[in-house]
Amino acid sequence: MNPLEAVRLALNTIRTQKLKSAFTLLGVCIGVMFLIAVVSIVNGMGTYLKDDLVGKLIAINSFELRHRPNINIGDVDAATWEEYRRRKRLRYYEVGPVVEALPPGTRHAVIADNSLNLTSRYSATPRSVRVSGVEGDFFEIKTLGVTAGRLPTPQEYALGTPVVVIGPDVVDRLFPALDPIGRELRINGVPYSVIGIVESQGSAFGMSFDNVAYVPYKAPARRLFNAEPSMIDAVLIQSPSEPEMLEAMETTRQVMRVQHQLRPSQKDDFALQTADSALAFWEKLEGYLVIAGVVLPAFGLVVGAIVIMNIMLVAVAERTAEIGLRKALGARRRDVLAQFLVESSTLGAVGATIGVGLGVLLAFVMRTVTPLPTAVAPWSVVLGVLVGAGVGIISGVYPASRASRLDPIAALRQE
Amino acid sequence: MTSLVDETGISTTGERRAVVATPGATPGKDWVIVARQLKREYDMGGEIVRALRGVDLAIGRNEYVAIMGPSGSGKSTLMNLIGCLDSPNGGEYWLNGQLVSAMSDDALARVRNKEIGFVFQTFNLLPRATALQNVELPLVYAGIPADERKRRATAALESVQLGPRLHHRPNELSGGQRQRVAIARALVNSPSILLADEPTGNLDSSTSQEIMRVFEELSKQGQTVVMVTHEPDIAAHARRVVVLRDGIVESDERRDAFVDRVGVAHATTKVAHD
Repeated sequence: MNPLEAVRLALNTIRTQKLKSAFTLLGVCIGVMFLIAVVSIVNGMGTYLKDDLVGKLIAINSFELRHRPNINIGDVDAATWEEYRRRKRLRYYEVGPVVEALPPGTRHAVIADNSLNLTSRYSATPRSVRVSGVEGDFFEIKTLGVTAGRLPTPQEYALGTPVVVIGPDVVDRLFPALDPIGRELRINGVPYSVIGIVESQGSAFGMSFDNVAYVPYKAPARRLFNAEPSMIDAVLIQSPSEPEMLEAMETTRQVMRVQHQLRPSQKDDFALQTADSALAFWEKLEGYLVIAGVVLPAFGLVVGAIVIMNIMLVAVAERTAEIGLRKALGARRRDVLAQFLVESSTLGAVGATIGVGLGVLLAFVMRTVTPLPTAVAPWSVVLGVLVGAGVGIISGVYPASRASRLDPIAALRQE
Repeated sequence: MTSLVDETGISTTGERRAVVATPGATPGKDWVIVARQLKREYDMGGEIVRALRGVDLAIGRNEYVAIMGPSGSGKSTLMNLIGCLDSPNGGEYWLNGQLVSAMSDDALARVRNKEIGFVFQTFNLLPRATALQNVELPLVYAGIPADERKRRATAALESVQLGPRLHHRPNELSGGQRQRVAIARALVNSPSILLADEPTGNLDSSTSQEIMRVFEELSKQGQTVVMVTHEPDIAAHARRVVVLRDGIVESDERRDAFVDRVGVAHATTKVAHD
């Protein structure tokens, strides 16, 4: 008997015994559904973190020189934090030697930032905004343009002119229904002239990237960012290509070690943060999540396997006469074995297919009603169906082999 | 070689004795069934039940034979052995020139598929399959492609006058129609023998007569028919009647001879059965 015939037979059995089949499929269905859903959460968060979150925070082929990493979602122990806390802060005057050592074509920007209260005469309440004092090629590296107005000029950077470029959220709050260009806002009481509005940078996990304001680093707000005006938070460096970036990182490391007068035995007392290093924590987490995503559905699948085995044993018992007849008509052991194995694996695969459908639906629902950025992984769909069929085969082996060993005479006598 | 079967439709006693006498010899082409000293014992919880104690039986091509006997006579055991559903403990069984008594399970399955057409007392049709699908079943196991299966199964059903019932399920058919589907299924693979086990046991007398006419017609067309029954009036439709008792052949005679003493035989078998 060819396999297609057996599948047809199996589907026929499922069709004629709808209710029983539905219960049989439930376990596998739920198992596969959760497999798809969990993997889609992991996958979606991964894609999201890589492409959106870290991509927004750290531009392509770029790295940040900081006194300590600022993306620390992984497990950082108390001792490490203590060491971070004792580190020297970066100073504005340390940037020059670093930049001089880097090859031409390398872009750099200085960043100092803090959350500050912004006010305007058009809004009654102050607004807490992430204000960054920037200098150099900041907007070019971040590929951040303006939707209205302009960016600061080199002269404004050099003189520390009190001008500000604001994010869309700030516009909404401080200048409701107004064109803010040319108007005034105050940062801790100091008036700044709004010269531009930057493009929206979206949000991550409900946290907006548009509640921002950028001023020239040398503007008066500098005193509000850190304890001392010469302290900066980061130097952003971007190379034309990845190999050049790695080279630039090494150069930066050497120059910084010299400036901090580190002996060869001492570790770096600063951090060079790339998108990869920021993602390292996620990759670690992803490993655990994928394991969870496989282990949890496995319970459903085990239950599903037991149910299928039970149903198949019942099917064999119910159809003893049929098996006897088939044997009398010339079915060999392997034909009977194949019939029941195909039937159980078809059951499993059908259950898995429904599970895939429900899992995709669940992922979609989660994406719509929760901030979890789910994305269904194509490999998990294939895996889900294969696992379902596999569960079917495994749970069908025992019932099928029992069926194939039935004595045709005894089986025929059964009514 | 002249046909074994004479104008009365059966082989002669002498010919049968001759073919059964030499153990190990391959019977001639005209013998469909040759059993030599066939023995079958069962171990029923330590007690050995000797169902067949040494049966000699030879059935030629195109014979129409009824096997009779009371309960416990061994006729079911003999039918299982003839049908290759079971293997003997001793003796030899040749089916259509092949020594099947020493075959493996899978080889027996193949022989059942190719050489034997079963008709059961309870019809044994698959309840959820149509008449056509039921008749196709032996062809499925013979590895026949789907379109030819359909063609041959349709032809077989038409030959038993069930052409208009191809797509009916068993529960939509009468008892006689069900048994005719079973006969079509038995014949669809052109078997060497049609092996019927109490084919009229679940049918009323007029339907029984209808089935007997089908058997008669098949026999006339050259089909070898072996029918196991405990009803003498059904057995009387065959041309030769073999009576088993206590695991051996009690009598093996022409229908006429059987019918002549049927009054006595009838009474004894009835008593044994009721």
